[in-house]
Amino acid sequence: MSDSLYLDEARDPLIIAEAWMKEGKDVAIATVVETWGSAPRPVGSHLVIDADGNFHGSVSGGCVEGAVVTEAVDVIGSGEARMLEFGVADETAWQVGLSCGGRIKVYVERLG
Amino acid sequence: MDPYALKTLNAERRARRAAILVTDLGDGRDRIVREGDQVAGDLGAAIAKAFRSGNSGSVEAEGRTFFLNAHLPRPRLVVIGAVHISQALAPMARISGYPLEIIDPRTAFATSDRFPDVALHAEWPEDVLNRQPLDAYTALAAVTHDPKIDDFALKAALDANCFYVGALGSRKTHAKRVERLLALGASADRIARIHAPIGLDIGAASPAEIAVAILAQTILAFRSRGLDAKGAAA
Repeated sequence: MSDSLYLDEARDPLIIAEAWMKEGKDVAIATVVETWGSAPRPVGSHLVIDADGNFHGSVSGGCVEGAVVTEAVDVIGSGEARMLEFGVADETAWQVGLSCGGRIKVYVERLG
Repeated sequence: MDPYALKTLNAERRARRAAILVTDLGDGRDRIVREGDQVAGDLGAAIAKAFRSGNSGSVEAEGRTFFLNAHLPRPRLVVIGAVHISQALAPMARISGYPLEIIDPRTAFATSDRFPDVALHAEWPEDVLNRQPLDAYTALAAVTHDPKIDDFALKAALDANCFYVGALGSRKTHAKRVERLLALGASADRIARIHAPIGLDIGAASPAEIAVAILAQTILAFRSRGLDAKGAAA
C-alpha cells in the first residue's frame, strides 16, 4: 500500500482514463463489483483499457486481466456494458481462472 | 461511465474529498454523490453507510441494483510535538493504516534519530500547515503542552473541520486553553469538539499507553463520522 496522501497520478487508473479521454482515445473501464472467497483485488478496483488493448490498473492481480481486456475491446466497439464472472467454478478456470480459488464479478463499460 | 462523472470524481479525489460513484447496473447510468449530499430512501441509507465504512458494494433499492464505489481520501494523522508519546504513536499509526506526520519547531526534539522513518517537520506549525493545509480527513493531536506551539494548530484543526482533534493536558490546563482559543476567535461549539484530556479512557499511564488511547480515539472518530453519540445517522 502506498503511503501517499495524494493520488499516484502516474498509476491511478481513473486519472489515466481521463487523460486518455482528453487525448481522444476510446476507453473502457472495468470494475470489480463483487468477490467471493479469497479474491486478490477488493471490490471497487479498476482496470482501464483503450481500443488498442493498452491497459492500466488491475482487477485480479494478473489472473484474468487478459480476458477482461479482450472483452473490453468488444465493449468499446459495441457500447454495450457487460458483466463478467471469473472463478474456479467457471469451466474456463484452467485458462483464465483465479488460482487463489476465489470468484469475482467484473463490470465492463465504455467511457462516454 | 459518464465522462463528466469521471472528471468530477477525479477532481474530488485530487482535492481529498470523499465521493461515491453510483452506477445503475441495469442501464449503466451513473452519478457522483458527495459526502453530505441528501439521497432519499434505501439507496440514501446505503450511501451513508458506504461513506462511513469506505467499503464499496452492490445494493438493491427501488427495484434496481446499484453499485456504489466509495472513494474516501486516505485518513492521516498530524501530531504537534516530537515527544515520547509521539515516538510510540508513529509506528502504531503506520501499522494501523493512518500515515503520520510530526511537527515540532524544537530541533532538539524533532530529530530523525528519535523518529526514524517518520515524516518530521522541525518547523513551526504555522509554516507547515500553511504549506500543507489540514482537511476533514486529517486528525490532529497536539501533545507539546506548550501553547506557543499547540494553539495555532488546534485553531487550524477546528477551522478545517478535522475529523479528530485532541489535546494533551489536564482539565485545568484545558480550561485555560479554551479561553485562549476563544480569544483567537474559535466558537465554543467548535472548541467543544476537542478531546481533552486526550485519548480514550483506558487508564493509560505510560507514554506508549497514551499513544494507544490516542490512536483508538482517532479510529473511533474516523469510523463514526456523521453519527451522533447514539450511533444513529445525523
